Amino acid sequence: MNRQNLSIALTGSGGSGVMTTGNMLLEAAAQAGWYGVMGRSAGPQIRGGEAAALLRVSSEPIESPDDNFDLVLAIDPGSFGRFVAEIPLRTDSLIISDAEGGRRSSSLPETPARLVDLPMKKLAKTVKGGRPNMIALGAVTKVIGLPEASIYSILEKLLKSKGADALEASWACVQAGFAAGADLPKVTGPSTNTESTQERWSITGNEAAGLGAVRGGIRFVAAYPITPATEVLEWLAGSLPRVGGVLVQAEDELASINQIIGASFGGTPSLTATSGPGLALMTESIGLAVCSEVPAVVLDVMRCGPSTGIATKSEQSDLSIALNGLHGDAPHLVLAPTSVTDCVFTTQWAVHLAESLQTAAIVLSDQSLGQTRAIVNRPADIAFMARRQVPERFEEDYYRYAVGDSGVSPMSIPGQAGGQYTADGLEHNEAGAPSSLSEDHFAQLEKRERKINGFDYGEHWADLEGSGETAVITWGSTSGPVREALSRLREQGEDIRLIAIRLLAPERPVEMAAALEGVKRLLVVEQSHSKQFHRYLRAAYDLQAEVRVLNRPGPLPFRPNEIIEQLNYWDEGNGNEGAMT
Amino acid sequence: MTNETACVQLQPKEYKSGVKPVWCPGCGDFGVLGSITKALSGLQIQPENAAVISGIGCSSRMPTYLSTYGFHGVHGRALALATGLKVARPDLTVIATGGDGDGFSIGGNHFLHTCRRNPDMTYIVMDNQVYGMTKGQASPTTGPNWEKGKLTPGGTGINPFQPLVIALASGANFIARTSSSDSNGTARVIMDAINHPGFSLVQILSPCVTFRPEQRDWKHMLVPSPKEPTSDPAQAARRLLRDHGLYTGILYVGERSVYQPKLEPGISGIEEFEEEFRL
Amino acid sequence: MTDSSISPVRTIGSTEELLAYSMAMETEAVERYNDLADQMEMHHNYEVADLFRKLAKIEGLHIENVNQASVGKQLPNLLAWQYEWEGGESPEGGSMEEAHYLMQPWHAIELAMHGEKRAVAFFRHVAESTSDEKVLKMALELVAEEEEHVALLQEWQERFPRPAKGWDDDLDPPAILE
Repeated sequence: MNRQNLSIALTGSGGSGVMTTGNMLLEAAAQAGWYGVMGRSAGPQIRGGEAAALLRVSSEPIESPDDNFDLVLAIDPGSFGRFVAEIPLRTDSLIISDAEGGRRSSSLPETPARLVDLPMKKLAKTVKGGRPNMIALGAVTKVIGLPEASIYSILEKLLKSKGADALEASWACVQAGFAAGADLPKVTGPSTNTESTQERWSITGNEAAGLGAVRGGIRFVAAYPITPATEVLEWLAGSLPRVGGVLVQAEDELASINQIIGASFGGTPSLTATSGPGLALMTESIGLAVCSEVPAVVLDVMRCGPSTGIATKSEQSDLSIALNGLHGDAPHLVLAPTSVTDCVFTTQWAVHLAESLQTAAIVLSDQSLGQTRAIVNRPADIAFMARRQVPERFEEDYYRYAVGDSGVSPMSIPGQAGGQYTADGLEHNEAGAPSSLSEDHFAQLEKRERKINGFDYGEHWADLEGSGETAVITWGSTSGPVREALSRLREQGEDIRLIAIRLLAPERPVEMAAALEGVKRLLVVEQSHSKQFHRYLRAAYDLQAEVRVLNRPGPLPFRPNEIIEQLNYWDEGNGNEGAMT
Repeated sequence: MTNETACVQLQPKEYKSGVKPVWCPGCGDFGVLGSITKALSGLQIQPENAAVISGIGCSSRMPTYLSTYGFHGVHGRALALATGLKVARPDLTVIATGGDGDGFSIGGNHFLHTCRRNPDMTYIVMDNQVYGMTKGQASPTTGPNWEKGKLTPGGTGINPFQPLVIALASGANFIARTSSSDSNGTARVIMDAINHPGFSLVQILSPCVTFRPEQRDWKHMLVPSPKEPTSDPAQAARRLLRDHGLYTGILYVGERSVYQPKLEPGISGIEEFEEEFRL
Repeated sequence: MTDSSISPVRTIGSTEELLAYSMAMETEAVERYNDLADQMEMHHNYEVADLFRKLAKIEGLHIENVNQASVGKQLPNLLAWQYEWEGGESPEGGSMEEAHYLMQPWHAIELAMHGEKRAVAFFRHVAESTSDEKVLKMALELVAEEEEHVALLQEWQERFPRPAKGWDDDLDPPAILE
């Protein structure tokens, strides 16, 4: 019987190649016409540690993990133990494990699920050059009902460089896996669909952000590697030169943010990517971009904080620093994509906004978006591009920071005769000369605030879905599980509103009031221990409804059933003290 | 200059913005301002094609006083601003200016790495061995026995930073020291520095008359180096080991490779990126 | 390196060159005195600012003189920084580093006199080291001119009181700006 959704976890350790296997399965799923997402989890070792590939495949596009896993394949039992909290199971879930798989005897932790043994290590030895993960690949293919042929072509692509012998050995091993898998219980996935003409992509959130940046017009990046943002930089390093741009690996984050401000001052739309610790370092200079009115985009792929935190895990706890981390009164833009696909749109839009408004834009992605590979429909093209207001000619004296109505003053580019000015972090007058006079400070503060608040952001500030008196409000990666939860409830006849905010700063009081019109109960969902998003909402907006918060820190993602449970709990008239964390 | 029309188009005066400097009368930075204007005039660089980038401090006020493009950034980060600008706009003449605190204390890391990266720009450091802007603390180039710093009343007791040594070791391509009182000589060195490819460091000893009035004597103590510039880093290193900090002139003119990525598109359109994602 | 040994790094070979050097010195002097006047104004020392403006004007007149002496001559087209003076600074126009925000008129004239004395020394050195008669004659004329300037400045200075000890006392500490 075909499931519409299927979640599979592959675990292993000590170089067992779990990630490779997971990637191949995802690709085979894509070829079968399925959608899917794959995340990963790992131990702290650089090599040889525990690793888990966490997949979900579906007949429809998905943006969230499911409530629990249907199938676990543990190449050795010990490896599963580390990930127990991240791999919730049901009693009818299936664990396929190799009791002899580990280096020394270890057993699976207690789980409610069914257990079946598959001697992958022993079977691998029956094939020359065989590896347990290839047995696992073959077995899972049969268990979930993927076509065998798709595996061969993927294997061929992967092992192209290693030669025909390596390919032959692996394929023989996979076939042994097919044979073994034929005898195992079935956990059948979605029905295959190879007829669709819909163009689909395999992309990670980090790659998507890079693509959005380049589409938006970014041509200069300076950055310092940091988990989990490094893949954005890797993609940009290879891609920017192809469009005449460049990525500079800087010596630290302070150099990165200043280099992009320098390049942007020179007329080139510029961006850097980092994570929480890097953003903290950059705050002084982001303020420089705001005060000197030089466009700059900073992508923060959030991880667990505070301080070094958990570098490989997701959390939504950089909201506060993104909103309030600049010293002084420094209005700027804060945006956040709501899904892997949305990383393209939101980054591109951020570039457009930063350039139009001559200010800094912080884009908050997170590890769960950035490092998840997703099979998605091709992201739509959008028209938002970098479009800076540059004077075409200069009358007598050029006033770079002329106050004006919109607050946006045309910005000359070095090379333009007559447009010379000195950009300054010091407060300045309209001509750009440093000034400590109260009237100049006030005028420039007003200008910098007005240009951002007065801009027409249109409908993209949030995704608004549904109607009804109960609403769930969220942002970033939690939008995925929330959306799925509400979709299930809608199928049962319950219409609950979704407000997934994309533009967090500046605040949109008029639009939010309209979105909350008629809402009597508001559930806030966020992945932050101190409820940063809830505090932000209370400070920025008039929340007239009854408000409850469903929050927890990283690393565990929200799952749709948790959100449904919380809403049901509330429905049943229970008090707030039962709020889940 | 002559009875007939000058055939030189841009005079040094035209490189001044007209904004009156706030430096204390007697400050060596006035001389440096003059030298920069003479150098730009000597090279006939159009003001709109030059950018002067600075951090924080008295010397970092320089961009405001020039009629070129300028950026007065945050403390210590002038070289990062300048690097980003130069890489994205290789057509511009990029000059970074600042003091010994901005450049060698908070800016030390960027100094090291910009020398190492060796982009084509000129860094003019007005070294007065003190933090003037914040009321006279010891700077990285202050000697160990200067006892007037309120935060280090017994003297710092630590070895001063040797900017020329660090520059040479890190990879700078042109290294010189001048005195701010030698306006024309400094101008000539700045011209050579701008013309020479790669990262050019010009350390200008520029007295702070407010916090280190004894530095007025520098003009009598600084002497031209008896040696010609060398392009051999080892030779330059040996000279620096014997340098008492008072020789002026160009020390090192190198042939190290310059960092300037080419900015030429190779693909026709962004659609080509989609190839790699498409299933 | 004393003040009196200002000399050109190259030997001056013609009257045209000498006039060019003279012109350069006067031009620098005008600029320098105006810069000093600006600095004094910025620091609210208006009496000395006015004095420097006067000196700038006077040097402007000297430029006129050099112009007239150059009529019919083709002066070499050296750029500002191409004038090579031993010790680096142009002799005339006063050393910028002698300025002080509390300086008094007596100091300002002292500063100007130092400049003129260096100019005297410069032209005397030219006279002593040249083999060209015309250059010698012109150099000696210039020496005489500059010596006259020194005398005038001396007279002018006598009208001002010599600054008393403590002239540079400022009860307020330096301001911190950034």
